[in-house]
Amino acid sequence: MKTVKVYITLKQGVLDPQGKAVQESLNKLGFPEVHGARVGRFLELQVDEHADIDRQIKEMCAKLLANPVIEDYQYTIEEGVAQ
Amino acid sequence: MKFAVIVFPGSNCDRDMYHAVTSSLGEEADLVWYEEANLSGYDAILLPGGFSYGDYLRSGAIASTSHVVTEIKQKADMGIPVLGVCNGFQILLEAGLLPGAMLRNKQLKFMCHQEKLVVENNQTRFSSAYTTKEAISLPIAHGEGNYYCDEGELAELEANNQIVFRYANNPNGSVADIAGIINQQGNVLGMMPHPERATEAVLGSSDGLKLFKSVVNHWREAYVAGV
Repeated sequence: MKTVKVYITLKQGVLDPQGKAVQESLNKLGFPEVHGARVGRFLELQVDEHADIDRQIKEMCAKLLANPVIEDYQYTIEEGVAQ
Repeated sequence: MKFAVIVFPGSNCDRDMYHAVTSSLGEEADLVWYEEANLSGYDAILLPGGFSYGDYLRSGAIASTSHVVTEIKQKADMGIPVLGVCNGFQILLEAGLLPGAMLRNKQLKFMCHQEKLVVENNQTRFSSAYTTKEAISLPIAHGEGNYYCDEGELAELEANNQIVFRYANNPNGSVADIAGIINQQGNVLGMMPHPERATEAVLGSSDGLKLFKSVVNHWREAYVAGV
């Protein structure tokens, strides 16, 4: 079994009103050094060992996990199941 | 004319849609549970608003992978009219039946009020009962109705007259004030405002009824002899 960690982020150039609200809140909390924030999504998948796992993950991202119109994704594959 | 209103877990405008068709419009409709994916015998397919699958992952994303959507794609290819309203529009975008995607409203607020729209294209089977540039008022009710597409896609939408409705006072940050778009073939329309909630004066507006009447008129002209 492998643990696949998928990170989904809004594409460059796509406005992120949620990120902007987070940035403004951090500024108000006394962190003026924050000049930008982007909110994304993190998924952790437990996946069977498979020689073709890269292709499978890319297909999962394209078909469901990310929306290619507005989102990019990255992933890492780790040994074993995360506790 | 017989309409199918598709019901997903979490749909909540399905009965409004059913009422609009059967009572306000006076045509036939069935509420069709998404697992009973037999759409043969229907002249039009309606995807109602709501929060299918609790908006998990992205609005409309999970519903767009269901078997019934595969069947809706086949029907759309055959030229059957498909209307998606609000969450129904989000499902059409996620399924790739219409271009673009939805982002959260610019102000991060769920908005629920009447909104003024302009009919940009009345040369479609969903809008022919309106006059061009007609100002209408329909309710909106969404948190993720901020339509996004890239510049190339927008140029294509504009060039092909695919923008059917625009907001007069853009409430959510949508690109080019887009409230509703149609596919190139002209038989799949997606829109965030709710025409089914504006089909009788007692509801505050009957401006949505003309949309359904347009669909019926087109169908009669195409399929009913002697009309």
